Amino acid sequence: MAYSDKVIDHYSNPRNVGTLDKSKKNVGTGLVGAPECGDVMRLQIEVDEATNTITDAKFKTFGCGSAIASSSLATEWLKGKSIDEALAIDNMEIVEELALPPVKIHCSVLAEDAIKSAISDYRVKNGLPALELAHH
Amino acid sequence: MLKLPIYLDNNATTPLDPRVLEAMMPYLTEVFGNAASRNHPFGWAAEEAVDYSREQIAKLINCDPKEIIFTSGATESDNLGIKGVFEMYSQKGNHIITATTEHKAVLDTCKHIEKLGGRVTYLPVNEQGLISLEELEAAMTPETILVTIMYGNNETGTIQPIREIAKIAHKHGALFMTDGTQAVGKIPVDVMADGIDIMAFTAHKMYGPKGVGALYVRRKNPRVKVTAQMDGGGHERGMRSGTLNVPGIVGLGKACELAMHEMAADTARLSAMRDRLEKELTTLEESYVNGSIEHRLPHVTNISFKYVEGEGLMMGVKDLAVSSGSACTSASLEPSYVLKALGLSDDLAHSSLRFGLSRFTTDEQIDYAIGHVKEAVTKLREMSPLWEMFKEGVDLSKIEWAEH
Repeated sequence: MAYSDKVIDHYSNPRNVGTLDKSKKNVGTGLVGAPECGDVMRLQIEVDEATNTITDAKFKTFGCGSAIASSSLATEWLKGKSIDEALAIDNMEIVEELALPPVKIHCSVLAEDAIKSAISDYRVKNGLPALELAHH
Repeated sequence: MLKLPIYLDNNATTPLDPRVLEAMMPYLTEVFGNAASRNHPFGWAAEEAVDYSREQIAKLINCDPKEIIFTSGATESDNLGIKGVFEMYSQKGNHIITATTEHKAVLDTCKHIEKLGGRVTYLPVNEQGLISLEELEAAMTPETILVTIMYGNNETGTIQPIREIAKIAHKHGALFMTDGTQAVGKIPVDVMADGIDIMAFTAHKMYGPKGVGALYVRRKNPRVKVTAQMDGGGHERGMRSGTLNVPGIVGLGKACELAMHEMAADTARLSAMRDRLEKELTTLEESYVNGSIEHRLPHVTNISFKYVEGEGLMMGVKDLAVSSGSACTSASLEPSYVLKALGLSDDLAHSSLRFGLSRFTTDEQIDYAIGHVKEAVTKLREMSPLWEMFKEGVDLSKIEWAEH
């Protein structure tokens, strides 16, 4: 399969690979996917509670090049965004940016799920109700 | 300077040996006759070349030249052998025994036989990929007409106990067929000593051209016949019609002759390189060799790297042409049925790589492959949440994964 240059770039030079301290109250963690399906994404955000802004984002992904690229791109986009702006990220924006083929759209869906799941975790930790997460 | 990518997918196909091409060339140009043309020198020259090829093949597998039926390749040979026996011996019975790790050319042909009203037993294999002789014996019935078990497996290289299988088949009055595609030309295959009645094989896995193969069909003790699957001029003793592919057949013969002379040296060199590759790659934690270590082809190794996803791994080893246990070019994401039959979980089957070495593989290429795979696996694991959890001692089977 031919990958787009952007997928290859993110795969070869992934941005923000790593782990944030999940015990911290201002860190939200989202773990989505399943090993037997071939992709697992863990996306974490660190939030400045005063401004409700995402100051840091890290990921680790088990998956194909498109899954790695989708999560790498997501962390890039998340930094500096407010929680509301982050929630507005739609998987189709990832598809367009990375020029993902139809069989790889699920990778972008998973990245969007990971963002929402991380935000939900952050909310719960801070006494807010969990987000209603769509199940794909 | 090392040329990239490096070809290590020789179980899929091998390059043509230049000496084979040289032998074929005249038959692609001036010696163009039809081997079935009996009344002029053009035909005679072609027939002579075909007969010479039969002798070269017969020497390699220790049979009579007349027992070679030329086909278009191993898939056709498997079809002809199985369907041909099913039709020819329908008076005797309708039961065929095979194994779950056979090539699709055998499995799908057996599925077809079932549609025609035949009964097929698919023997399971153990974690090494070997069938159980006891289970084979127990599956034999008076209606069993054929046992067909491959010689060496294409994905793992596992070699079945061919002689013992043949003995059991014969004891119960059944014929024994083997798909010898990966074995012929690589390891000594002797149809007399092994007790093989029918054997499919092909040229392009042993440095010959694509599009030509053969079916060995025993003529004595017992005399075996298969019903033709194509109607036509009655070539190849009535078992396979169609004008013979003379240049291809010359190539197959030459490939067999070269294999006969060079097998011992090739085996020594390739198994040493394969062992080095395997030893180095299994220094990576949580890497597992799939299939039998003891009973296998000399040029193959199949290794799973846990906590790394197969398609991502293939992308990471882009300088190598290898095969993955993950059907990653299809949308299905179905892992290899052969590895699953060995008892591997989906994720281990997905994260496997098959390395197939050839006569033309060099030590320098192996060195590069070792470094390249190690680097890719290490990098992907640093990126893998599963690896991190494993390292922290988290039991991954206890996590409730959100299936998607």
